[in-house]
Amino acid sequence: MGIRFILMVNKQGQTRLAQYFEYLTIDQRRALEGEIVRKCLARNEQQCSFVEHRNYKIVYRRYASLFFLVGVDNEENELAILEFIHLLVETMDRHFGNVCELDIMFHLEKAHFMLEEMVMNGCIVETSKSNILAPIQLMDKAS
Amino acid sequence: MGQHTTGSDRAIPHFQDGPDHESLLVGHSSQIMERTSKPSWNRALDYGCKICLRGTSYCFLLACQVKRDMIRAIRACKTAAEERAVVRKECAAIRSAVSENDQDYRHRNLAKLMFIHMLGYPTHFGQMECLKLIASPGFPEKRIGYLGLMLLLDERQEVLMLVTNSLKQYPLYIWFYAFDYFSVISKSSSILLRDLNHSNQYIVGLALCALGNICSAEMARDLAPEVEKLLQFRDPNIRKKAALCSIRIVRKVPDLAENFINPAASLLKEKHHGVLLTGIQLCTDLCRVSAEALEYFRKKCTEGLVKVLKDVVNSPYAPEYDISGIADPFLHIRLLRLLRVLGQGDADASDCMNDILAQVATKTESNKNAGNAILYECVETIMSIEDNSGLRVLAINILGRFLSNRDNNIRYVALNMLMKAITVDTQAVQRHRPTILECVKDSDASIRKRALELVYLLVNESNVKPLTKELIEYLEVSDQEFKGDLTAKICSIVEKLSPEKIWYIDQMLKVLSEAGNYVKDEVWHALIVVITNASNLHGYTVRSLYRAVQTSGEKETLVRVAVWCIGEYGEMLVNNVGVLDVEEPITVTESDAVDVIEVAIKHHTTDLTTRAMCLIALLKLSCRFPTCSQRIKDVIVQDKGNLVLELQQRSIEFNSIIEKHQNIRSALVERMPVLDEATYSGRRAGSLPAAVSTSQGAALNLSNGVAKAAAAPLVDLLDLSSDDTPAPSSSGNDFLQDLLGVDLSPASSQAGQAQKSGTDVLLDLLSIGSPSAQDSSFTPNALSKSSQDDKTSMGALERLSSPSAPSIQASSPAGGSPMMDLLDGFASGPPLAEANGPAYPSVVAFESNSLRVMFNFSKQPGNPQTTIIEATFMNKSSVVYTDFIFQAAVPKFLQLHLDPASSNSLPESGDGSITQKLRVTNSQHGKKALVMRIRINYKANSKDTLEEGQISNFPRDL
Repeated sequence: MGIRFILMVNKQGQTRLAQYFEYLTIDQRRALEGEIVRKCLARNEQQCSFVEHRNYKIVYRRYASLFFLVGVDNEENELAILEFIHLLVETMDRHFGNVCELDIMFHLEKAHFMLEEMVMNGCIVETSKSNILAPIQLMDKAS
Repeated sequence: MGQHTTGSDRAIPHFQDGPDHESLLVGHSSQIMERTSKPSWNRALDYGCKICLRGTSYCFLLACQVKRDMIRAIRACKTAAEERAVVRKECAAIRSAVSENDQDYRHRNLAKLMFIHMLGYPTHFGQMECLKLIASPGFPEKRIGYLGLMLLLDERQEVLMLVTNSLKQYPLYIWFYAFDYFSVISKSSSILLRDLNHSNQYIVGLALCALGNICSAEMARDLAPEVEKLLQFRDPNIRKKAALCSIRIVRKVPDLAENFINPAASLLKEKHHGVLLTGIQLCTDLCRVSAEALEYFRKKCTEGLVKVLKDVVNSPYAPEYDISGIADPFLHIRLLRLLRVLGQGDADASDCMNDILAQVATKTESNKNAGNAILYECVETIMSIEDNSGLRVLAINILGRFLSNRDNNIRYVALNMLMKAITVDTQAVQRHRPTILECVKDSDASIRKRALELVYLLVNESNVKPLTKELIEYLEVSDQEFKGDLTAKICSIVEKLSPEKIWYIDQMLKVLSEAGNYVKDEVWHALIVVITNASNLHGYTVRSLYRAVQTSGEKETLVRVAVWCIGEYGEMLVNNVGVLDVEEPITVTESDAVDVIEVAIKHHTTDLTTRAMCLIALLKLSCRFPTCSQRIKDVIVQDKGNLVLELQQRSIEFNSIIEKHQNIRSALVERMPVLDEATYSGRRAGSLPAAVSTSQGAALNLSNGVAKAAAAPLVDLLDLSSDDTPAPSSSGNDFLQDLLGVDLSPASSQAGQAQKSGTDVLLDLLSIGSPSAQDSSFTPNALSKSSQDDKTSMGALERLSSPSAPSIQASSPAGGSPMMDLLDGFASGPPLAEANGPAYPSVVAFESNSLRVMFNFSKQPGNPQTTIIEATFMNKSSVVYTDFIFQAAVPKFLQLHLDPASSNSLPESGDGSITQKLRVTNSQHGKKALVMRIRINYKANSKDTLEEGQISNFPRDL
């Protein structure tokens, strides 16, 4: 199924965005997020961007204060997911202009809209930034 | 928020104008930079953060404003408790707005709820609100409604199914909850259906997206035709979403797959990247669920896909999809993946894609992450499709390049890939062995883990020695947290592939000395089994252990093995028996050997099992080293008052063996019989039932000690189970039996009379009297409660011991004391009790007002299936019975033979009796118990009387 969840977590370990493509209860989510964040935040820059946890493989990348963590299954191409994370950040950057953690916090729904255009049910739908952003810009204009 | 996994009021790191203003992409070029070329790029982000205060730009929307207030309030919280309070307040406000059906704020409330949900608080009350928003006509409301539905709606299908299946079993509230959920689902189905046919294509897109993320099997069935139609929609953005939605539908309801095969095939001819990408994924998924689809795509689409890949690879620069000079690497990867599925197990399809795979493998730029991602996928495809040696060489070379890359990400995927390649081409992977071994020593835990698993797969008979040497050397310097994994793997390799016993023992000793605290119990148990079987290496082993324990005495498992071996083979250590050429000579005195054990037993970290083992070893040495006997006794006596019952008991028992029973001691502490490797490994593999069945069949014939040893050879013999099983009540009893290598038959433990004498003598000897009653009251707690209690119970023990000693002394001059006979029997052959056959208590088989029937049981030696029953009839009335006839019937699995009765008249008032012998053969011996119906005819006062009954109170195991 590819991508199982996407998390954005800041350096303090606070979740800033969470999107799951499989059902977990709230308690399971909290536990999972806690474990993953502890594991990933403890790693240094030279270590590789992949961490195995439970039956997930976590592909993560750090952008300034924010960690982007993507949980995938064993069949997924890790390097491609790394590229996907970068695409996601670039897309958000194009929309918000110099995107920062606060943008994502205060425009959580927009961040979700973008994600929704990019990933559906754990599969990548669209990789063109302008295609991703078109419906969102349309909505901005309308309101 | 992720970190609140517990309810404690831990402080949240507080930051007001902290680094969350930092722009995320500062310092990034538009490409992902290769980290080896610029290792400090992330640090640059930390310091070069550009503050971008963009507060004004998001003040336009009122909804945002209100939500911002809440987010601010939550961010201002310093503790989790404060945060919970804020969230509670907000939730209460939203609930009341929900109940008032407040329309204006609905969409803003939902935005808040999404934030609260992300923090990890329950938000189920918002689900209905989502539906109301979805049902509203405006696009922005619908948009957020759908988003809320996807985020907040939880799949509770299972609950729903359970409830509809068995309503009665569940409490009412689950019922309501399920009902609520059901209405959400059914309503959302109808709304979705409407929106899928909406004239506004964006609304159609929304509905498709929601359906693709959350649809259940029922919804999939309902809405599949609509989705199928939308696969041909004019707008590509709808087609791509419909394709992904189809994936969800096909996964939920595989039966629907065939409807999608044709539309999916037509998607592969698209030019729009999004549609192509999702179309390819749909095809991949269809292949997975339907063999028919796989066959179809293989026949019809392989060439087309190869052409698509060729076009993509050779496509000119496309700014919209370009990533580091490659047009849409995601599309490359999906295409390669589908080709892999099609080529697997099909030579024609594989042939068809050879050229393009070779082109991708040779032409792709490998200095950027995107290029490497494609190469990675390409290698995997080459490894999976049907054999083409040229391509394989290419792929292995790419892996070799990856493996020597300085970027850890690349090395990680290379190791990952080699794991898959090993099944295809072991030789090629073996060539990289030195590099892989280097990776085991990497500083990065993820890489180490991968490499170790790979090494584990690479080991074979020919390279096990050098590889193990490397791994053990690394064990010395590895991180603490990695030692557990590494030790387990080394032990497993050594056990599986050891070419000879001496090598096995050597390697295990090294592991034990390096990482003894990480070695699992079964590993050192297995080591002891191997040691006992290597009779020519006993001396060598015990001397090596003696050396090892001098340097690594703090490793618990090493100490255990050493203590066990010194106890067993102590004299070989001292006398230098069986010295091998490779050994350095060593002089150990008897007191040196005892030193080792004394140090171990006194060390503060030593646990119960080790101490118990030390005591046994000391007992054994006390006999082997007569010069140290007094010193050993002193050490043993020190545990006499130990608060742990097990140790106290052993100490007292052993002390009295040493003090009072010199004559039997040497027999008691004889060397352990060789433990059977096959049964031990069989037991580890979980084949316990087999062992049990043999012991059942042989239980009464063989010495049970053997049968029992087969079932639990090591643990029982050493009585190691003491700290696993919380039932020390029988330990004294069991221990001796186990030590002696004999056991009582299962039946005898019920109420053996002949055997009881044997056991009792032994128990008396050890001064522990009636074990079950006393031990149960002898918990360590009871002991520790008051020292007075302690003393009285000790007194009781001493009193118990004193009478038994004289009795033995009195009987021993007589020569054939029964106890001595017993012990001789124990030491040499099957126990004496066995020779007599076990005894069973007699039972009252039948009793009425006028008659009582007693059964006495006995067995013939060597014939456990047959029971001889002596029936005794007693007349309880005051008249004489004449013409007395006893009849019996048994079920088919029994055979019954009746001997003639001793008489046919029964005197009154129990004045005499009739006896009659019955012989019963039980063909299901050990599985079924005896059962019998009886009928008794007699004349009392010349009146015919008939009595009938069923006997089912036979002792078991007859």
